[in-house]
Amino acid sequence: MIVRFLALLVFVCCATFARADAMDDTLAKLIENKFSQTQAAIGELAASGAANATPILEALGDNRLLIDPEGHVLVIQTPSGDLINARTGEKLTGLIADSLTKVRVNNALRSSIDAAIGSLTLANPDPARRVAAADAVFKSRDPKALGAVQAALAKEANPGAAEALRQARAAIMALDPATQSADRVAAIETLKARGDEDAQGIIDEVAAKADSPEVKAAAQSALASIKTRLQLWSLVQNVVYGVSASSVLLLAAIGLAITFGVMGVINMAHGEMVMLGAYTTFIVQSLLPPWLAQWSLAIALPLAFLVAGAMGVLIERLVIRYLYGRPLETLLATWGVSLILQQLVRSLFGANNRQVVAPTFMSGSVEWGGLSITAGRLWIIALAIVVFVSLQLVLRATSFGLRMRAVTQNRRMASSMGISTGRIDMLAFGLGSGIAGIAGVALSQIDNVSPNLGQGYIIDSFMVVVLGGVGNLWGTLLGALTLGLANKLLEPVIGAVLGKILLLVFIILFIQKRPRGLFALKGRAVEA
Amino acid sequence: MSTPITRLDRLGYLFLALTIGAAILVPILALALPKDSYFAMPPYIVALFGKYVCYAILALALDLVWGYCGILSLGHGAFFALGGYAMGMYLMRQIGTRGVYANPILPDFMVFLNWKELPVAWWGFHSFAYASIMVMLVPGLLAFAFGWFAFRSRVTGVYLSIITQALTYALKLAFFRNDFGFGGNNGLTDFKDILGFNVQSDATRTALFSISALTLALSYVLSKAIVSSKYGKALIAVRDAESRVRFLGYRVENYKLFVFVVSAVIAGIAGALYVPQVGIINPGEYDPANSIEAVIWVAVGGRGTLIGAALGAIVVNFAKTYFTGAFPEYWLFALGGLFVLVTLFLPKGILGLIMARRAPKTPTKPETPTPETTTVGEAAR
Repeated sequence: MIVRFLALLVFVCCATFARADAMDDTLAKLIENKFSQTQAAIGELAASGAANATPILEALGDNRLLIDPEGHVLVIQTPSGDLINARTGEKLTGLIADSLTKVRVNNALRSSIDAAIGSLTLANPDPARRVAAADAVFKSRDPKALGAVQAALAKEANPGAAEALRQARAAIMALDPATQSADRVAAIETLKARGDEDAQGIIDEVAAKADSPEVKAAAQSALASIKTRLQLWSLVQNVVYGVSASSVLLLAAIGLAITFGVMGVINMAHGEMVMLGAYTTFIVQSLLPPWLAQWSLAIALPLAFLVAGAMGVLIERLVIRYLYGRPLETLLATWGVSLILQQLVRSLFGANNRQVVAPTFMSGSVEWGGLSITAGRLWIIALAIVVFVSLQLVLRATSFGLRMRAVTQNRRMASSMGISTGRIDMLAFGLGSGIAGIAGVALSQIDNVSPNLGQGYIIDSFMVVVLGGVGNLWGTLLGALTLGLANKLLEPVIGAVLGKILLLVFIILFIQKRPRGLFALKGRAVEA
Repeated sequence: MSTPITRLDRLGYLFLALTIGAAILVPILALALPKDSYFAMPPYIVALFGKYVCYAILALALDLVWGYCGILSLGHGAFFALGGYAMGMYLMRQIGTRGVYANPILPDFMVFLNWKELPVAWWGFHSFAYASIMVMLVPGLLAFAFGWFAFRSRVTGVYLSIITQALTYALKLAFFRNDFGFGGNNGLTDFKDILGFNVQSDATRTALFSISALTLALSYVLSKAIVSSKYGKALIAVRDAESRVRFLGYRVENYKLFVFVVSAVIAGIAGALYVPQVGIINPGEYDPANSIEAVIWVAVGGRGTLIGAALGAIVVNFAKTYFTGAFPEYWLFALGGLFVLVTLFLPKGILGLIMARRAPKTPTKPETPTPETTTVGEAAR
């Protein structure tokens, strides 16, 4: 038993010594401090797979690998300034970093170091780390890493990591003139399947450098296909941005469309209702106990509706109903109300932006193919759809909605039929303002919560209403989609500001053709 | 009875006397009197009131379209700013080699942007005469183009107000761009002299005040002539019942277009007088909020009275200067409250209130028939 144990001990020791010898040789090459020797050492370190290979390589790359000329010892200076023995890892005292020589590196060596570190991580037990390492190799395209990639690929069981490795191998092989043409064409195919900007960069290089005509042709056809594909993705991405912008516009404008439709007045304080909704969110978040924080937005939604809706009813009762039949005066009075509300909020909460945090389920982003959209934006699109559908239901399926539509179409006739138009006005104004409050909850997630929040959206909301007309809510939806999409599709072509100016000019011209918007009210009500 | 001037009422004469009197008296008070005299006017007061007078001209222009034709323009600040930019461009060209980069042709911001030659839009602005024509021509042309489309397709009421707002908003965005060629968000400033006189000097300031006051008087006479002519009667009819006027055979759009262009030109002149007095013009002047604020001046003073509009501009801006100095926190409350209270309780403004107080003394009978008799008389003539 004991003999066996001793034998084992001897064996283990020998094994360690054997490895230790190889390691010492490698480190001795580094101590020579010649580029050619260092290059060789990097390759050996990568091949060794030793635990301390990565820290040594990292130190080398960062100019933190030092030589103690007296003891012939390699020293790593840690980022915090401590000196440790590269071989054993023990801390060295009594040395001064300034008295030591640095192991010199140049750019060629640096790229080898990166590749070596990459290939070392290729053996990491965590698949995510292996994918990251493969990606690093893909980006460095260092031919020296090819062996490590091949070896890792042979062992790889995880399909995601294997795909990443294949792409890394393709990146190296496509660029390597020593590889056979057939392999290079296959590599180009792999890159084409990846189809992103990095792949495009590599194939671009191949197309420029390749001697063999078949490789060149393959590269060029792959390039064309990737370009189309990327253009398509970026178009789709812009459409997604456009839909997201439209959802914000729809939320902000739909309440305005209701009040404008029913009462024929433009509520200039509409933006401030949005602002009130955002501030309600802020107050809810600061008052809620931490364990309810996840639910803050869900709680804020109905509260914002109530706060803004109540404010709307108040404005209608105190100001607007006395200005009935004078839409231009109403416009001025509500502008005055908006100034008062802005200053009120500024006096109460200060002029600074307030922080509203997103619950965890709304943070982060969703990636799909070449698309990426933040989760918050997705929720806002969902909220806009829910608000739109519920409003349609209220208008179509409730008696309040029926009355409201009647007043919109012909106020005097509705009044003759016994509908209390004053009450409908009040409720419609409250409803429109309440929806603005809900918009405020959504906007608190993507914009600064400040007293000026509403001002940024009011002109855009007007444009949506003017474009869509007040005949029905579909007009508002169409108006919001048109403006949101046009804005985001014009943006990459001519820039955000110029795009906006063009849209404003377009609306000014459009209204000449359709003075009452896309969906105008039909019948006598129009001439009132 | 035949010339419009004679139709000025007593209030009109009072207004003319006041403005012309101010134009004569202020230079005496500010320049001729010794500085320590009790009546001497400090230069900053002259500059301040010069600014108010420019606002009064803008208000007058706005009252012409809103008070008499029912066009609520929420973009009149755009015409004001365009006139101001035209004047600013002249003043920029006058700086010449005294700029930071000492370029004889290019204004500093163009040198800074590495431009090599003057953009076409800037050609000719070294000449005061050319700049003066542009002050009127550019706002006038824009108003003509805009009005031509808008009035022809019968865009009225709230829709019109909103697209005028879109107009000034679009201009604001455009002028904020550096490559648009008008100084970007810094605008035009650091003016040196106008027609060879130092813009900063007290004498020039005072002269500019007097010119502004005289322009106000002149604009008033012109506007009054327009609104009390036969044409003006038709304008008022358009305001009160547009469809009916159209059915009677009038080309409503032409009436509206004419008055809109005249109003824009007056606003442009106001802007041109404003810029040398405040020493800067930037895209902030295009802000829709500025245009809406101008509307409240008219509402406070009294819509459809011309004099009231000018009065309102001076009163509100005086209050603004006082409030923003004394209680900066409360100015927006006051302004907002003004919008609400005036529209609710003072639909005819301060002047309307004064008139209403005087009204009971005179018999109410002639009030309504008077306009009708004149119209009939004119029609017969």
